[in-house]
Amino acid sequence: MIEVRNVTKTYGSTKVLDDVSLTIAPGGVTSIIGANGAGKSTLLSIIGRLLPADSGRVTVDGLDVATTPGATLAKRLAVLRQENHTSIRLSVRELVAFGRFPHSRGRLNATDLAAVDEAIAYFELEEFADRQLDQLSGGQRQRAHVAAVLCQDTDYVLLDEPLNNLDMRHSVQMMRRLRRMARDFAKTVVLVVHDINFASCHSDEVIAMRDGGVVAQGPTAELMTPELLSTVFDLDIAVHDIGGNRIGVYYS
Amino acid sequence: MSRVTSAETFARARRREHRVLALLALAAVAVVVAFCVIALRGNWEYALTIRARKVAAMVVVGCAVAVSSVLFQTVTNNRVLTPGIMGFDSLFVLVQTLVVYFFGALALSSADPRLLFAGQVVFMVVFAGALYRWLFGRRSRDLYVLVLVGVVCGTLFSSLSSLAARLINPNDFVVLQDTLFASFNSVDQDLLVVSAVLVAVVSLWMGRLFRRLDVLALGREHALNLGVDHRSVVNQVLVAVAVLVSVATALVGPITFLGLLVANVARQLAGVSRHRVVVPASALLAVVALVGGQLVLERVFSLDTALSVIINFVGGIYFIALLIREAKR
Ligand SMILES: Nc1ncnc2c1ncn2[C@@H]1O[C@H](COP(=O)(O)OP(=O)(O)OP(=O)(O)O)[C@@H](O)[C@H]1O
Ligand SMILES: [Mg+2]
Repeated sequence: MIEVRNVTKTYGSTKVLDDVSLTIAPGGVTSIIGANGAGKSTLLSIIGRLLPADSGRVTVDGLDVATTPGATLAKRLAVLRQENHTSIRLSVRELVAFGRFPHSRGRLNATDLAAVDEAIAYFELEEFADRQLDQLSGGQRQRAHVAAVLCQDTDYVLLDEPLNNLDMRHSVQMMRRLRRMARDFAKTVVLVVHDINFASCHSDEVIAMRDGGVVAQGPTAELMTPELLSTVFDLDIAVHDIGGNRIGVYYS
Repeated sequence: MSRVTSAETFARARRREHRVLALLALAAVAVVVAFCVIALRGNWEYALTIRARKVAAMVVVGCAVAVSSVLFQTVTNNRVLTPGIMGFDSLFVLVQTLVVYFFGALALSSADPRLLFAGQVVFMVVFAGALYRWLFGRRSRDLYVLVLVGVVCGTLFSSLSSLAARLINPNDFVVLQDTLFASFNSVDQDLLVVSAVLVAVVSLWMGRLFRRLDVLALGREHALNLGVDHRSVVNQVLVAVAVLVSVATALVGPITFLGLLVANVARQLAGVSRHRVVVPASALLAVVALVGGQLVLERVFSLDTALSVIINFVGGIYFIALLIREAKR
């Protein structure tokens, strides 16, 4: 269980997160939606202990992320940021193998190597597995980063816009994989998504954010309403039932 | 098409790394032997002792410079800056000069040299830590600003040193000059032994961090995600770098661009960023560069020029080339 209690973050004089409290139950896919600058990435980074909160507390399975040793936490919680730069020369395979570090401490055994091969195969990275990251397209690179994080094989996985740069097929494949992880292995997946329809079709729960606060949290079907979506995004959004899913239409 | 497995790929990479290291080790041994035996005349036992001591000094300095440069580049996440370029060794010279300025050469020679050295190292550790936090603690760190700050710091420290040196009384100055303008020809034996032990201990200590440093090289956020205690590793590296820079500078004075040259060439030769490979490769390259360079200077051209002049000339050109390449990216 992820528990966020009264978390506040301020940059200069602007409050980016204003007294946020929420609970994410274990097992399941939770999508965070909201406009640019709503504070989604900031919240995810604080939960993933990449960023310290100014005040408040975040616990994962009762472990305070600010004080638990990094090596312990890295076996339970993995986080991928929105932007990922590496300044060193690195092949896809090497990057994915780094995902095993919390378990292998740098000495890859047969299990680690098998996990690396599996992730590379699933994300269709075999063809360029030994190419340098900077020689890939944006979507290929994104897949490599997600593969590395999933290779970490943690109970909690936080992904900031994992669908960035992905084409439709790879987006769907990625969401299916996340769902399957949640269903078959009881993993807790929290992701930031901009495409509300991906959030709608693949998540169990949605958290809607606006101006540094949580506007609503609940089962996906309950939140996919024209009223709520238009207050969150300041945009008229019609919602239709198509093939058993709630689909928002806002293109014209 | 048969599928390539990670096990095979990584095994092949390891074999390649071992080959590169073996070749470099061979080259290093070859230059060391050549340096000791070529044109050995007269009282050869005596000459050999002198040469061996000189080689030992070059090996110690080479290792210290190489290890400190690679580690510094890892914790600062860039390929262009080294402690030498950031003015760390000029700072050490300044500290030495100020000690003489304030306490006089007499106090200097009566004090326990090991205690004195320890004091200087502590100062270096504190200062290097402060400089690092100030420069690299912020979010935005423009490479050119950092290079500029490094150049300014280096120049400032050397100017302050020469100013202080001018104000020192002439007798003290002679003593100071002896310590400052030391070269491989005049390395003190006791200092050499202490330095060798220090460099060995620090290198072994850093060796235990190599795998974590590999992760750290991916960047701060990646390291935190993978459970590496970023702050603790960086602090340990900064202390180690301060000690290594002090040792190298105390032995032969600043060789600004040597570290940059060997760290980058080693990475290129190895084709990977793994510290287990890059650190020993740079150290071996540094030995080849120093011993080989000195060999060519002394035996081929019969020149008395300090080797550092030539290394800084080559390294300086390489530095500018690196800067231009970074600018194009
Ligand atoms: N380092 C920083 N310094 C100052 N302000 C920042 C910093 N990082 C983020 N902000 C501000 O905090 C607010 C929230 O940023 P955050 O990245 O969490 O937004 P987001 O919801 O992820 O947006 P997006 O959908 O564009 O990714 C924004 O207004 C942003 O300008
Ligand atoms: Mg964001």
